[in-house]
Amino acid sequence: MLKRFNLKAWLLLLPALSLLIAFTHWPTLKTFWRSATWARSDAAPAKFVGLENYEILLDDPIFWKVIENNLWYALGTVPTSIALAIAMALWVNSKIRFTGLLRLAFFTPTILPMITVANIWLFFYSPNIGLFNQLLALIGINGPNWLGDPDLALSSLMIMTVWKEAGFFMIFYLAALQTLSPELFEAAKVEGASGWRIFRKITFPLLMPTTLFVLINALLNAFKLVDHLFILTKGGPNNASNLLLYYIYETAFSFLDSYYAATLTVVMLVMLAIIALVQIFFFDRRIHYR
Amino acid sequence: MDSIWFQRISKFSAYLLAIVWVLPLLYAFWAAFHPPEYATKFALFAPLTTENFVSAWDQAPFFRYMLNTVIITTIILFSQLVVCTLAGYALAREKFVGRGFAFALVLTQLMVMPEVLIVENYRTLTGLDLVDTHLGVGLPYLASAFGIFLLRQTFKTVPQELEDAARVEGLSGLGIIWKVFVPLAFPTYLAFSLVSVSYHWNNFLWPLVVTNTEASRPLTVGMAIFGAPESGVDWSVISAGTLIAIGPLLILFLVFQRKFIQSFMHAGIK
Amino acid sequence: MNRFTKHLATAGIASILGFSAVASAETDLTMYYPVAVGGALTKIVDGMVEKFESQNPGINVNAIYAGNYNDARVKALAALQSGDPAQLSVMFSIDIHALRNLDAIVAFDDLISTDAERKWLDSFYPALMENGKADGKTWGVPFQRSTIVMYYNKDMFRAAGLDPEKPPTTWEEFASVGKKLVKKNASGNVEQWGAMIPSTGYPYWMFGALTKQNSEVLMNQAGTETYFDNPGVIAALEYWYDLGNKHAIMPSGVIEWGTLRQNFLDQKTAIMWHSTGNLTTVKNKASFDFGVAKLPGNTELGSPTGGGNFYIFKKSSADEKAAALKLVKFMTSAEQAAHWSKATGYMGVGPGAYETDTLKAYVKEFPPAAVARDQLTHATAELSTHEAGRVRKFLDDAIQAALTGQMSAKDAMTDAQKQAKLALRRYQ
Repeated sequence: MLKRFNLKAWLLLLPALSLLIAFTHWPTLKTFWRSATWARSDAAPAKFVGLENYEILLDDPIFWKVIENNLWYALGTVPTSIALAIAMALWVNSKIRFTGLLRLAFFTPTILPMITVANIWLFFYSPNIGLFNQLLALIGINGPNWLGDPDLALSSLMIMTVWKEAGFFMIFYLAALQTLSPELFEAAKVEGASGWRIFRKITFPLLMPTTLFVLINALLNAFKLVDHLFILTKGGPNNASNLLLYYIYETAFSFLDSYYAATLTVVMLVMLAIIALVQIFFFDRRIHYR
Repeated sequence: MDSIWFQRISKFSAYLLAIVWVLPLLYAFWAAFHPPEYATKFALFAPLTTENFVSAWDQAPFFRYMLNTVIITTIILFSQLVVCTLAGYALAREKFVGRGFAFALVLTQLMVMPEVLIVENYRTLTGLDLVDTHLGVGLPYLASAFGIFLLRQTFKTVPQELEDAARVEGLSGLGIIWKVFVPLAFPTYLAFSLVSVSYHWNNFLWPLVVTNTEASRPLTVGMAIFGAPESGVDWSVISAGTLIAIGPLLILFLVFQRKFIQSFMHAGIK
Repeated sequence: MNRFTKHLATAGIASILGFSAVASAETDLTMYYPVAVGGALTKIVDGMVEKFESQNPGINVNAIYAGNYNDARVKALAALQSGDPAQLSVMFSIDIHALRNLDAIVAFDDLISTDAERKWLDSFYPALMENGKADGKTWGVPFQRSTIVMYYNKDMFRAAGLDPEKPPTTWEEFASVGKKLVKKNASGNVEQWGAMIPSTGYPYWMFGALTKQNSEVLMNQAGTETYFDNPGVIAALEYWYDLGNKHAIMPSGVIEWGTLRQNFLDQKTAIMWHSTGNLTTVKNKASFDFGVAKLPGNTELGSPTGGGNFYIFKKSSADEKAAALKLVKFMTSAEQAAHWSKATGYMGVGPGAYETDTLKAYVKEFPPAAVARDQLTHATAELSTHEAGRVRKFLDDAIQAALTGQMSAKDAMTDAQKQAKLALRRYQ
């Protein structure tokens, strides 16, 4: 029966809710407030400036650049990670040899801190002396300046992101694949369906709930995964690989402007809210969390 | 399409991709165990050395960093397990007005991750005098929406009869959670713990912001400072440092990889 | 809950403070410092600090390595804000305006009292003091200071039929010598470049050299105006662009600061421009004969100074300030400066350092050690303005935009000037 006020329930929820409110909800509200104030430095009191910070934002070419980059970054990493993750899961789940080793290899990046392996990727990408260009030179190709070319820098970061993420997402697909009944595939095979057809008509649709779950996670990562920027490009050259969260960090902790950083954070919050709404309105109708 | 060729290509791609995926690790071993002259050159019979490990170990307090990481990860994990169990139980088994609202409040954190709020949370920590402490690094993560969500789902599947029987035997509130629900949810706890530990072992941005000194600096931040490109990249020493840093977790992972991956999969099914 | 924990903490701290006040009259100093070049610099700093402590038993120094220059500033300021003690720090010499705007530092003129101390404050190379002075007072004392120098591979000079003792001294020579040093393989790909000037990490700093060589400065002393769109400044950027394109002695596009030293050591480039702070590492690791020279000039020779100064924080007791001053005096004394210079490649901060036996012997055995000092007569201040982080980024972005061919030098610098002006409008 429904109690009007269930003290026990609220007491049980108290630690979780107070922590979440203190470090998620309250700072979110404060971010909105701070984005409407400004002070010359942290030593001076802040005054209310209304939408002035947002006017500056609209005029800030770097802001537009990082938004554009972030969208490309999402568009480049999310589908690729998912496609690779599915392929990896199918391989590991198949009857080829060494599946144990394959699984291990694919999963390893998940436990390697991005920041520590970024220096190794720096070597891979380095022009003249780097591994990629040494390999390309073997077949007579003059390798590009992976991180120094504005047309390539962001893509180079994306490759590392996909490397980091795909194996993690593979796990979710692997889990889903193992719940699918083998008879289904046997039946399809008996009917003479090709591998590709089986995948398209049976496997992929059945994996849909997992895909949606992974999709949301990958989208969130596209906004929060910026560790490698600290080592590889620092957002350069000329912001070609700068992303929103890194720009927020720079603004707050390098330019010491927490007011503009708050304004940028509001944009980030709005984007996350859009992702959340999309999830609720489109996806939750099809896959429901029991 | 379903030709023998397709299968061959597929197989070949699988092995190729696997090699590419472990390439960074392979290179780290190469650079770490060879003299600096061979950091960017590859020769089959290059001499081996452990010199790089000695100089890496000399240049950064890896042990201290590792200890900090262990302490921070432990604080976070312990708190998450307790906090999420209580909240998960309340949301799964108690009926009350406002439950939907409370659950919505919790789910917010799935979207608004602490990483997004570094600026405000940093100010809060300054106000609490907790900058550069282990607790400070952990605070925004002590409650996990993901953990609450997972446990809620698991607790929901526990039959009501079990709970009633425990009540008849005289167990009360927390006793029921501890004696009935926690043991039943063991695989979920294991899965969540692994996800949480590997997340916080890898976490960088927030610790970078709130740690100032070796007193609280975890491995990731320590490694970022140790290998900062500003100081001129020396790949031999950096690789050695990287292997020192990831060594313990890597070994644990290799030993328990089957269990490890299965637990991750368990979290995935939920 | 918040207030309760605060009370608890205050009570705890008060009791500890009270206890320690009774227990001893020692002074504890905390100092943050950055490292921006190679080698195990932290060990060297620790060694110097230990020596200071053994000479001054009443003072304990906690020296904290905080990462790069930006990290060190953020961490030191954070410590001040959160009430953790920090009495002094080594920070970027160009942070002076930001630190003064925050009212965080004190002028050394207000701390010194004796004639000997006044003499000490006058004992540094004037060029190194330019970034440390504002409003007629000295706020930063030079410590890990550098200029940009030209490292060159003498073996490659010989192989190309060039005189290894005659490195290029003018822009034209630099381009023509560079061309002779470029080596291509059979398929026409470059195997060895003539020169590399880094354009990530600190592009504005490298650019400061080129503009000075073209007789331009980038900002006024007060840090309230920039001159990015002066014709001479634009011409300097055009020259830099030409090196990678028209003259093709460098790879076109941007060149990574962090990996450049490895490129030089791997003999992928015959010449590199880099901080003198790398000198000792290059000396230890180069497997070939190399030389160090002043940068070439156009209308004059020139390099900006760079690196870190000591600052003393306002928020500390008189005793702590006195102890901090003592430490700064020790670290910048001729003996220690000489030791530091030899160990790292950073320059001795005053003429006195080069008169010590340590450096005299070292310079004799290894003449490149004196190049940075010799270049000081042509040195200029490093870019330092209010809103330093932003203004620097505008310039860095503009340089990279021009070098990668996204924009013409003129458009990029005009843009940067416009943005810098906007950012500085509140400080005019």
